[in-house]
Amino acid sequence: MSAYDTAHHDDHDHHGPAPGLTRWLYTTNHKDIGTLYLWFSLLMFFIGGAMALIIRAELFQPGIQIVDPMFFNSMTTMHAIVMIFGVVMPAFVGLANWMIPMMIGAPDMALPRLNNWSFWIMPFAFTIMLSTLFMDSGGPAGGWTLYPPLTLQMGDSFAFVIFAIHFMGISSVMGSINIVATIFNMRANGMTLMKMPLFVWTWLITAFLLIASIPVFAGAVTMLLTDRYFGTSFFSAAGGGDPVMFQHIFWFFGHPEVYILILPAFGVVSSIIPTFARKPLFGYDSMVYATASIAFLSFIVWAHHMFTTGMPLAGELFFMFSTMMISVPTGVKVFNWVATMWRGSMTFETPMLFAIGFVVMFTIGGLSGLMLAITPADIQYHDTYFVVAHFHYVLVPGAIFSLIAATYYWIPKWTGNMYDEKLGKIHFWTSTIFVNVLFFPMHFVGLAGMPRRIPDYSLQFADWNMIASIGAFGFGFAQIIFVWVVYKCVRGGEKATDEVWEGAVGLEWTVPSPAPYHTFEEPPPLAVINKNHF
Amino acid sequence: MSCSTRSVIARLAALIALLCVLPAAYAGYGDALNMPVGVTEVSREVYGLHMLIFKICVVIGAVVFGVMIYSMIYHRKSRGAKPATFHESTTAEIVWTVTPFVILLFMAWPAAKVLIKMEDFSDSEMTVKITGFQWRWHYDYIEEGVDYFSQLHPQHNEARQLGSDTDLAQFDNYIKEVDNPLILPVGKKIRFLHTAADVIHAWWVPDLAVKKDSIPGFINENWALIEEPGIYRGKCAELCGRDHGFMPIVVKAVPQEEYDAFIAEKKAAGQSAHNETTRQWDRAELVARGEEVYNRNCMGCHQQNGQGIPGMFPPIAGSDVATGDIVAHLKTVLNGVDGTAMQAYGTLLSDVELASVITYQRNSLGNAIGDVMQPYFVGQVRDGTSDSAPIASAQADEIDFLKIDDASTESEAGVDKL
Repeated sequence: MSAYDTAHHDDHDHHGPAPGLTRWLYTTNHKDIGTLYLWFSLLMFFIGGAMALIIRAELFQPGIQIVDPMFFNSMTTMHAIVMIFGVVMPAFVGLANWMIPMMIGAPDMALPRLNNWSFWIMPFAFTIMLSTLFMDSGGPAGGWTLYPPLTLQMGDSFAFVIFAIHFMGISSVMGSINIVATIFNMRANGMTLMKMPLFVWTWLITAFLLIASIPVFAGAVTMLLTDRYFGTSFFSAAGGGDPVMFQHIFWFFGHPEVYILILPAFGVVSSIIPTFARKPLFGYDSMVYATASIAFLSFIVWAHHMFTTGMPLAGELFFMFSTMMISVPTGVKVFNWVATMWRGSMTFETPMLFAIGFVVMFTIGGLSGLMLAITPADIQYHDTYFVVAHFHYVLVPGAIFSLIAATYYWIPKWTGNMYDEKLGKIHFWTSTIFVNVLFFPMHFVGLAGMPRRIPDYSLQFADWNMIASIGAFGFGFAQIIFVWVVYKCVRGGEKATDEVWEGAVGLEWTVPSPAPYHTFEEPPPLAVINKNHF
Repeated sequence: MSCSTRSVIARLAALIALLCVLPAAYAGYGDALNMPVGVTEVSREVYGLHMLIFKICVVIGAVVFGVMIYSMIYHRKSRGAKPATFHESTTAEIVWTVTPFVILLFMAWPAAKVLIKMEDFSDSEMTVKITGFQWRWHYDYIEEGVDYFSQLHPQHNEARQLGSDTDLAQFDNYIKEVDNPLILPVGKKIRFLHTAADVIHAWWVPDLAVKKDSIPGFINENWALIEEPGIYRGKCAELCGRDHGFMPIVVKAVPQEEYDAFIAEKKAAGQSAHNETTRQWDRAELVARGEEVYNRNCMGCHQQNGQGIPGMFPPIAGSDVATGDIVAHLKTVLNGVDGTAMQAYGTLLSDVELASVITYQRNSLGNAIGDVMQPYFVGQVRDGTSDSAPIASAQADEIDFLKIDDASTESEAGVDKL
């Protein structure tokens, strides 16, 4: 199947990777840059995870035992910033870099130098962001949502935070422009839009969400900056501004951002489930339309984060109804995945386990999301651990599980070696058990009245918090298994075939394993494309 | 086949056993598992809505997961399942688009009804204005002219400090107890007005299904009609800085007569507070009172020893403010410092409290300036009847000789100037 590609590869008429460190610094190769993104996000995953463990250690029992409340607030804030901007987003960009050109039969990304730049901004941005923790005035402690006036009480490290956020934003926008340009211009002849793998589709839509929403966020934080340092009062009532206006602007970015974190995950799962069910994805067209509908709806539901800020009744009704609407296309997706599994011939290798884990636990998060949409009930749920449970269900066993699934699924293609299946399964079961021990009790304490973002709580919540903390440490340490599996796989192991998986469909499986440094320098023939799409 | 049927039955039996255990577990943890039903009509309806949607979600989840589990058991390759080839069905797509939509309509209708009721502020019989401060609440019974602050109970405050090693089990309501609860009458439609003095807070009492953001510069409203006397506890719900976790709310709902008695008592207390403000205090008295005020209001940032936290919160000991001009010192505390966590305490503390804490800061914590701030003088600076010009350089003795010429100041008057 891969003969046309290997034949070309043997010509040696092109260069391979440069030796040493300069390979990584100067690289314009989509696979190298993808690798950089993935390692970067793995590193940040452990940094953000360590912060989560500080939080859970403090919450292990009532009373304050370990950290000052101010530092605790820094941890909750920084944990969110790191996990959102430093883990999930770059990891998906890394996957996009690796997979999109190989999935659409392109030799590389459309804008390779921009690609290099958009990655190398990230380590600098995060060095600045994390360095604020060591500054005199401490890291940001007003929540990742940066609500004024609270966030404006921060010391002068505030300027560093805003600067770092701007750079993360620039990186994301450049990455997105690159992805859009690649998908629109670099598809092989015959790879029509409706033949693209869903991962490519979901990323195309995600990239538009990023391009539309990140500049809004950049605007909002710039207004915070001028309020803080240049005497403007966009968000200060004393000067004629409005603190709630920030929340509107922030969530106009923030809600699409939520879907930026999950749409590529939908794409990953839509690739994995058909492979291991040995059956084509059910309802490909409706999957595409559902993704586009979710993206559209994500721009008109933002104020459901703000039901307690005092909106007019009409506004509350509108945002309640529009939010409930999101469950329709999301439901379509879940039903399609289940229909794909139905009457398939399933095997349960590690990627499939994580994908099924994703569908189940994302659905739990989706259902609690539907509960949160109901405004009168949200008045009780808002800013409690119920919300924390909800978004962690969609982000950890949701987005993070899909990233882990993607790694297990594609790592044989990346390294040419099979990972250790037994360790992979151990990783899955420990992660799944502990993630539920960690997050499920949060539903209970939230409903019973425990607010979020607090370093101490009443004794009535003690038992569940202790259980959650045990789950947190279990889940955290389970991820060390993941690193070990990845490390082992990079170092060697059973050789992977080109197809890797029995039921795999897609152009990436037509190139050799490991994928050569350059793939599809000549576009794949039409016959290959037609044989390898959903 | 029979073997696998038996194993399915075994699994089901295990599941049923588990479900039987759950209610028992629920009984033990009832108050830490679910939303409280509450004591107002609205809170009961919100609870009903919550349970309705929860049950619908459980049914949806059971159907989806049931199909998945069935499929995972029977459609696995190891059982010899051969993959089907179907990959689309317009009928199926329409069914699972329309069905959820219809289910949503059944949720939306009751939700909208409850929401409309929640937002109906008409015919309220009394109003309480609630102002959020870092980190306490101020309650103002607008019609009665009675107002006071409410904050975490001092014993709880001590126990919750880092490294306090207090046995928390001795408290019945750890960090849910306040010094002055909000007293409200039962059977009256009470309108709450919400605002804040510094950052955004949110006043939340689950039993009343009342949660609203307190936003500086704006006024929000909601309401409650409490049906049963009792004590209802809540928390600040919106992150508001270092001690966000430590600004509890206690509502004590009482019969009308008890409420009337409480208001009368508060009015009488207001008169005696006025007398305290106008009399002359001596230094020892002020320092003693000041220590108490300091530990409650200033210690969080400036620390108990007055050393502050380098880089974050400046020290009191040896500081330019606390050892410099006494009127400038007063004004710093009265007006706060823009762009820092130093709030305008003029709205938070009474004249007696301000005078005593300033005297304490200047004569303790390693400072020994020796001067004294009198409560009535605080009122004069507050009103602008006395200002820095002739008095700024005045030392302790001169201030002590100042005449009590204007006794019109009232404690906590600044709150109304918001």
